[in-house]
Amino acid sequence: MAERGDGGRPVAFRGGGFSPRPLGIVGPLVFLAVIAVWEAGCRAGLIPPLVLPAPSEALAALAHLVETGLLWQHLGASLQRLVLGWTCGTLLGIAVGFSIGLFSLARAGLAPVVAAIFPIPKIALLPLFVVWFGIGEGSKVATILFGTFFPTVVATYGGVDNVDRSLIRMGQSFGLSWLSIVRKIILPGALPAILPGFRISAAIAIVLLVAAEMIGAEFGVGAYILLAGSLMALDELLAGVAILSVMGLTVNWLIARTERFLLRWRT
Amino acid sequence: MELRLAGLHHGYGDIEVLRGIDLDFPAGRIVCVVGPSGCGKSTMLRLIGGLERPERGEVVQTGEPPPGCLNPLTYIFQDFALLPWRTVEGNVRLVLEDHGFGRAEIAGIVDDVLTRTRLSEFRAAFPRQLSGGMKQRVAVARALAVSPAFLLMDEPLSALDAQTRELLLDDLVDLWARERFSAVYVTHNLREAVRLGHRVVVLSRRPGTVREVLKIDLPLDARAAHAGELETHRSRLWRLLRDEAQAADLELVDG
Repeated sequence: MAERGDGGRPVAFRGGGFSPRPLGIVGPLVFLAVIAVWEAGCRAGLIPPLVLPAPSEALAALAHLVETGLLWQHLGASLQRLVLGWTCGTLLGIAVGFSIGLFSLARAGLAPVVAAIFPIPKIALLPLFVVWFGIGEGSKVATILFGTFFPTVVATYGGVDNVDRSLIRMGQSFGLSWLSIVRKIILPGALPAILPGFRISAAIAIVLLVAAEMIGAEFGVGAYILLAGSLMALDELLAGVAILSVMGLTVNWLIARTERFLLRWRT
Repeated sequence: MELRLAGLHHGYGDIEVLRGIDLDFPAGRIVCVVGPSGCGKSTMLRLIGGLERPERGEVVQTGEPPPGCLNPLTYIFQDFALLPWRTVEGNVRLVLEDHGFGRAEIAGIVDDVLTRTRLSEFRAAFPRQLSGGMKQRVAVARALAVSPAFLLMDEPLSALDAQTRELLLDDLVDLWARERFSAVYVTHNLREAVRLGHRVVVLSRRPGTVREVLKIDLPLDARAAHAGELETHRSRLWRLLRDEAQAADLELVDG
């Protein structure tokens, strides 16, 4: 340790760390590097095309999808199911979550049912939904709806339970109506718990979408991937997977934007 | 409008918190309630404002609240209780929205109270941007917006640092000089009690009973200049409370 002229030593720094900094450029670089190595491996013959086609081939398959217009047909069918199922599941989930959070009877009656059904992988119920709602759109939307409903219920009533009671007491002390308290205090207070629930339910929805489309769908990203797989057309399969990845990223981005807008009052 | 407590009695489970409280709260006066921690001062305030139901006894309101009063018994909380997702203006508006006013009327009242509390330039700020003292000023503005007959203040300065507390104390004295509001002011701080109280009610430790009611006749705005007299009152209160506070301090919380 460096002695100073006056015989004192500076105190050694031992704080710092444990706070990740954003390094914006690193992520895309890693992405590009992986793809470059992969492409080079395929070109050099190190990776046989039967095991893994080159990224450029997957890109070509994607371009073909765009040219023939099939992309929009598959994507359109998938997005329609996703949006319909997720929206209905989320709205119902918020409604039921609120009633469990607000009413003792609903809590006593519904919370155990939710707890019992929540952990069932909804894919296991898919055949049942096919029997109930037919092989068409009904069973697919129902699966997504069911899958998104339960996590939303759990997130919502957890959020309602966690609303600061002193704010509710404040509302009562100013003579606010019950509806006002729910709308202006409990709903915004529960939002920080409900919105992260959206991320989880959206991820579940995409998983269930692909699973549902693998059973008797003519169009849809899941159907496209299944067909490509059974024809051993791995380039098309990869193109389909890439579409799913972009879909997931887009949904996440949308939710992040919504969160930032609705929770802008937080630090 | 005046308030009277008659044989007020309250407890939680086996624990008796308040026992036989009889008190009068006159109009246009500030009554401070002091006592050792856990003596039921805050419980008493919740009973007065109707946020809890007393086990026995009653809280009686005599006379009519002044005209234009929207919420006769209005609280100011220790933790401010501002909605973090509403701006200063939005927090004041919240308590006016359920009274069937038009947009313009609400805006008028909000402008008025923000001017009276000198908060106009902070109207668009969110609570997280404000210091503790400013937050409590917003809570005061919100309370004034409903023209209360009685302000029920639950340790309003206890969450603030000593300097801010001093500033807000002066603000409250000014406010009373202008508005002559009636208030029940619960605190454990004896300096606050002798600065603000026309009367100071001393509660015993749990179960809380009224030990003494001290009257301080010195006008509020003259008190800053009579520090000596206030100190006499303060040390008298402290002598009354000291043993109680010590005994309360030694009690187990869940007794």
